[in-house]
Amino acid sequence: MVMAQLPDGEPVPENGILPESALAGFGRRGFGVYLHVPFCASRCGYCDFNTYTASELGGADIDGYLDAIEAELRLARGIVPGRPVDTIFVGGGTPTMLSPAQLCRLLDAINATWGIVGDAEITTEANPESVTPQSLRQLRDGGFTRISLGMQSASAPVLRILDRQHTPGRAPQAAIQAREAGFTHVNLDLIYGTPGESADDFDESLDRATGAGVDHVSAYSLIVEDGTRLAARVRRGELAAPDDDVAADRYLAAEQRLTKAGLNWYEVSNWAADEQARCRHNLLYWRGGDWWGLGPGAHSHVGGVRWWNVKHPKRYAQRLGEGKSPGLGREILTADQRHIESILLGLRLAEGLPTAGLDLARVQPGLLEVKDGRATLTLRGRLMADAVVRDLLT
Amino acid sequence: MPPTFGSNQPGATEPAAIRNFCIIAHIDHGKSTLADRMLQLTGVVDPRLMRAQYLDRMDIERERGITIKSQAVRMPWTIQEGERTGEHAVLNMIDTPGHVDFTYEVSRSLAACEGAVLLVDAAQGIEAQTLANLYLAMENNLTVIPVLNKIDLPAAQPDKYAEELAHLIGCDPDDCIRVSGKTGLGVPYLLDEIVRQLPSPVGDASAPARAMIFDSVYDIYRGVVTYVRVIDGKIEARDRIKMMSTGAVHELLELGVISPEPVKSKAISVGEVGYLITGVKDVRQSRVGDTVTINSRPAKDALGGYKDPKPMVYSGLYPLDGSDYPDLREALDKLKLNDAALVYEPESSAALGFGFRCGFLGLLHLEIIRERLEREFNLELISTAPNVVYRVIMEDGSEVTVTNPSEYPTGKIGAVHEPTVRATVLTPNDFVGAVMELCQGRRGSLLGMDYLSADRVELRYTMPLGEIIFDFFDQLKSRTKGYASLDYEPSGEQEADLVKVDILLQGEAVDAFSAIVHKDKAYAYGTTIAAKLRELIPRQQFEVPIQAAIGSRVIARETIRAIRKDVLAKCYGGDISRKRKLLEKQKEGKKRMKMVGRVEVPQEAFIAALSTSESPDSKSKK
Repeated sequence: MVMAQLPDGEPVPENGILPESALAGFGRRGFGVYLHVPFCASRCGYCDFNTYTASELGGADIDGYLDAIEAELRLARGIVPGRPVDTIFVGGGTPTMLSPAQLCRLLDAINATWGIVGDAEITTEANPESVTPQSLRQLRDGGFTRISLGMQSASAPVLRILDRQHTPGRAPQAAIQAREAGFTHVNLDLIYGTPGESADDFDESLDRATGAGVDHVSAYSLIVEDGTRLAARVRRGELAAPDDDVAADRYLAAEQRLTKAGLNWYEVSNWAADEQARCRHNLLYWRGGDWWGLGPGAHSHVGGVRWWNVKHPKRYAQRLGEGKSPGLGREILTADQRHIESILLGLRLAEGLPTAGLDLARVQPGLLEVKDGRATLTLRGRLMADAVVRDLLT
Repeated sequence: MPPTFGSNQPGATEPAAIRNFCIIAHIDHGKSTLADRMLQLTGVVDPRLMRAQYLDRMDIERERGITIKSQAVRMPWTIQEGERTGEHAVLNMIDTPGHVDFTYEVSRSLAACEGAVLLVDAAQGIEAQTLANLYLAMENNLTVIPVLNKIDLPAAQPDKYAEELAHLIGCDPDDCIRVSGKTGLGVPYLLDEIVRQLPSPVGDASAPARAMIFDSVYDIYRGVVTYVRVIDGKIEARDRIKMMSTGAVHELLELGVISPEPVKSKAISVGEVGYLITGVKDVRQSRVGDTVTINSRPAKDALGGYKDPKPMVYSGLYPLDGSDYPDLREALDKLKLNDAALVYEPESSAALGFGFRCGFLGLLHLEIIRERLEREFNLELISTAPNVVYRVIMEDGSEVTVTNPSEYPTGKIGAVHEPTVRATVLTPNDFVGAVMELCQGRRGSLLGMDYLSADRVELRYTMPLGEIIFDFFDQLKSRTKGYASLDYEPSGEQEADLVKVDILLQGEAVDAFSAIVHKDKAYAYGTTIAAKLRELIPRQQFEVPIQAAIGSRVIARETIRAIRKDVLAKCYGGDISRKRKLLEKQKEGKKRMKMVGRVEVPQEAFIAALSTSESPDSKSKK
């Protein structure tokens, strides 16, 4: 996942070299790779990710993209030392716009660069309509261990408002096919709070998702991002703006039905069957680990330095073709900023935060519970996580 | 320099040659443009230096088209045609403020004149304030010359309005002079008529000097410039002058006449109008209405009519940014130098922090001061809802003067007195019903009603001032499609059934929202403010009850429901920087929140809730 809006920052040096401080301790923390695939067959009205349809690519193509990723890997190898990768996550866009062979070629390139640990978690996102039993089998054989399908909803009208191309039954079906292809770890993504979605619609979506036997569900409230087609429709009054109280009710429904189906929350928007089913790559983000983000617009973090690549695939390939880092901007976090991040990320997790140094009295009663020296959000607190973070930090 | 000839020598002008007059007109009826033409025709302004609205000095005046501070311009004129052709005269045109808050200043300007030009837009007819000033001029026995302006406009109806003016001042419609300030048509004839019709001043040239101050202006380079009309005797440049109200004696640094730039002279004498500079730095030391005499040979009695300016309307002014408080103090100190009517003292509000309780002559005065503070001193301000001054008599007989609702006593109250005004409304007769309904709704009692002409009506009411300062003018305009005009003057006080309504957030009174209102309106005020606040205050992490209460009795209640969701669903690798920056921004935003107990209230909510634009009346109509 790569946002459309890039933060401000200082420029990345042309050779992409990191300050020494960032590399101190590298290797003792987890190390992941994110790979961004910026292609989509069509753009969904709510989406503000960095992705392009064929007509928007300005001459960039998949072959050029694959070459550029390999070029970025060569550059990266010169910047962070050899250290086998713990997790890989291929996101988009629509990663399955690449063939299984192309996706596997990129895994090989990562392996050739840093190596991949034996029990690595290797995830790709996929659209339900763009996978087949054969392609799923090829992905599994090529080394992928986990698949994340964008189901969004089991309601046809909701899928239509979201501009999704698949039919309501396709995502659970694809999940079942993935399991049959050998994936033990399958995630379904859901979106709630879409204008026109009823409580029953969302209950149905939850039931269809858990009914497919997946070991992981992510559920997100719909966010109307500036500049999207959805935002324009809301502005024109064609669609109602999502309502926070409705979203709260949906969240409670998700918690109730997912828990009943044996999936437990481990992050505000993520539920998993057990420890092994949790997405280790995302946990690495939330626990302040290191990762290299490959591809146009991808974000990276190593040792308190965050940087992000140029967004357009053509520009990205050009920069690498000139032997330059595709990094557009970066920020070297201060101790204070790292502290803020550790709280805003750590609080989202079921494992919570150590209470040492936290002024819990600033938080409204009923939002946090303390156990074994750690503070964790209550169910009500999960819905108020940002307010709790603000109260803890200000 | 103006051409100097014959008798036009300041200090040595024959009273018989002097004509002191003012122009009574409504805003935008063309007074400044007519004055411009007179400056040109009399030759006192070089044509190359002429600019529009020459006499309006302050930017705000020029932009808003209103004249706040009057000035006096000395112009020579020789009758050009008709009877007494060739007769030389010296005209002193004394400008008068054109708005309701400055009645006292107007009365002093009128007292400096023997005649008045009643200037009325031939397309609009007379307005209430003009009418009020006309009555004032007639009470002062001024000779009135009726003039219809803008006769070049296609919409002009000079015959109709000549009838109206003739009816009002008891003359023949043909006596109304028709001019166009814009083209200059008819203006020379008007100047001739001023010399022919207006009486010249009568005073005792050999008596001890007495001069009346009709204006006093602070100039950053020269200190206070005092405008006077000499009634008796003579003031010479080397004299030491004495203010008769205080006995203070000042050295004269300069005296002279304005023509229309200052012209120093050796003396100003009986019947003349001129300026004095003493080096004082505060207009309070040189007050409008006071009598100036000569220290070495003082007059025995002051001229009558002096009054201390009395604030009628109070409002709290608070800087949006608390750290601007010292700047606000400094700005008020500066404005005060030029405004004898402005009073203020520090106050603090639990909700708004440190600010000043300021007293004004009226709403326009408040608006002008506020605008000047914001524009000239770059301050961002919150002003609390304006209120009048109440006199509260306790059951034990003690008396409390309340200029701020928070001072309203809590003990046993015997009676409450509120100031009243005598209001005059002029309206086309189609709207008489609407105006009466409005005035009665504002506790007005009808004093009388007259037809000025077949379709224009004058309504006179006694009304509480407190009702007028609460968006009465806006309501009047909207109910009469903008046609009605309003004037009012203080007329004393009355006992009334008033209560203080408090607004409570989570049980805690917010001082800035307390108001003193009539018992019958308490409920409407309470529900309106509570409903407004429910819209304006963002949901908090807990439920916030909003109550309106009289004492401990709750009369209205609203609830801001607790927020249930405040979390961004997604937070992955690429979101982290954005999320952290958002948090940092929210931390800054929190600093701009005012805390009322545990409730965070954005400043915008205070500003919006305190604005009177959404009154109970306007709301109930929607």
